[in-house]
Amino acid sequence: MSETITFTIDGKEVSAQPGQTIMQAADAAGIYIPRLCAFEGLVPHGSCRVCTVMVNGRAQAACTQPVADGIVVENDTEKLLAIRRDIIEMLFVEGNHYCMFCEKSGNCELQALAYRFGIAAPKYPYLFPKREIDATHPDIFIDRNRCVLCGRCVRASRDVDGKGVFEFVGRGPQKRVAVNAEANLADTDLKTSDKAVEVCPVGAILRKRVGYAVPVGRRRYDHKPIGSDIEQAASKK
Amino acid sequence: MAKAKVATTSLCGCFGCHMSLLDIDDRILKLVELVDFNKSPINDIKEFTERCTVGLIEGGCCNEENVRVLRDFRKHCDILISVGDCATMGGIPAMRNTIPLKECLDEAYLNGPTVHNPSGQIPNDPEIPLLLNRVYPCHEVVKIDYHLPGCPPSADTLWEALVALLTDKPVALPYELIKYD
Ligand code: SF4
Ligand code: FES
Repeated sequence: MSETITFTIDGKEVSAQPGQTIMQAADAAGIYIPRLCAFEGLVPHGSCRVCTVMVNGRAQAACTQPVADGIVVENDTEKLLAIRRDIIEMLFVEGNHYCMFCEKSGNCELQALAYRFGIAAPKYPYLFPKREIDATHPDIFIDRNRCVLCGRCVRASRDVDGKGVFEFVGRGPQKRVAVNAEANLADTDLKTSDKAVEVCPVGAILRKRVGYAVPVGRRRYDHKPIGSDIEQAASKK
Repeated sequence: MAKAKVATTSLCGCFGCHMSLLDIDDRILKLVELVDFNKSPINDIKEFTERCTVGLIEGGCCNEENVRVLRDFRKHCDILISVGDCATMGGIPAMRNTIPLKECLDEAYLNGPTVHNPSGQIPNDPEIPLLLNRVYPCHEVVKIDYHLPGCPPSADTLWEALVALLTDKPVALPYELIKYD
């Protein structure tokens, strides 16, 4: 069964296959829907809500919402940009994001989203929470100051690496990524080659001894906003 | 046309943002055509002598003196700009915000591995401004009109923003000029 579904995003007609999400169909059509917890190859999580779109007037997460014939999707509207902007700002004040010495800076998806949205400073008060760093593993560390609770490491370790090294514990402001061991990261079977180490959008899970490998000016988001690869793929078609 | 008055200060910062301002290279000649500096470490004028159009604030507030200076700037400047990550979010000094002040002082003056302090005293002279319980971003102390993030913001960022403000144009910085590092 491969009937094609058609619907619109901001008035533009988009076609999709049944079972695709709105985000997958938008990507294929060269329309970028901002996202943070979604990652290609991992089951969608629907938790960050950065990808919020309006579907027939109702807010939905584009990364989890399946396409349906004739739906009217709004993406690039003032209202949605404001909602997404607020979410990104809240993520910044909720953690401790010291971009100036973070090895991920320039390649960080949270920072790149803030750049794309032109955020000079969050309007919310900084919370300066106390968060733990685990540097016990010989090759990898986790700095929870930077964690945005996207769950990518949890899903990658469980579903791709088959290890279940990471899991969330606690709720609300106490929610954090824990490791599947009595003690620390060093006591897990996490390896540098694991998918879970590669997928963190921010600098929370990093390989040791990599440092600032790419010079400023040549990093992923130094010149081009996040999402421009998706948009450019469309303009070349 | 009378030149616009500009004041600058470094609160709890490292002077890197002021260095970045000097990094505008030969545009500094255009800048002196455009503005007169009032209170600023650049000319060492210590107190305001007149009202200023623009105040550039480097650094956040880590002590009572920072707060006094910042309020003084708000009083004397039409437009106040947080320059750099320290002014904007506290920056590196704000790393102490998750540690009680007493522990910070003990580490710095008593327990740190390189400390030599036979008297065991923690500096407490009335001349030394009292530390605040934590480091505050400037906009949590006074109203701030613009933020130029970066550690430091590039010379181009500072130049573009200043020129736009002083020539009554909107401050619309291109993608490459808003950076957090
Ligand atoms: S450690 Fe990284 S990948 Fe894991 S939840 Fe936090 S931000 Fe996401
Ligand atoms: S990307 Fe869809 S909810 Fe996070």
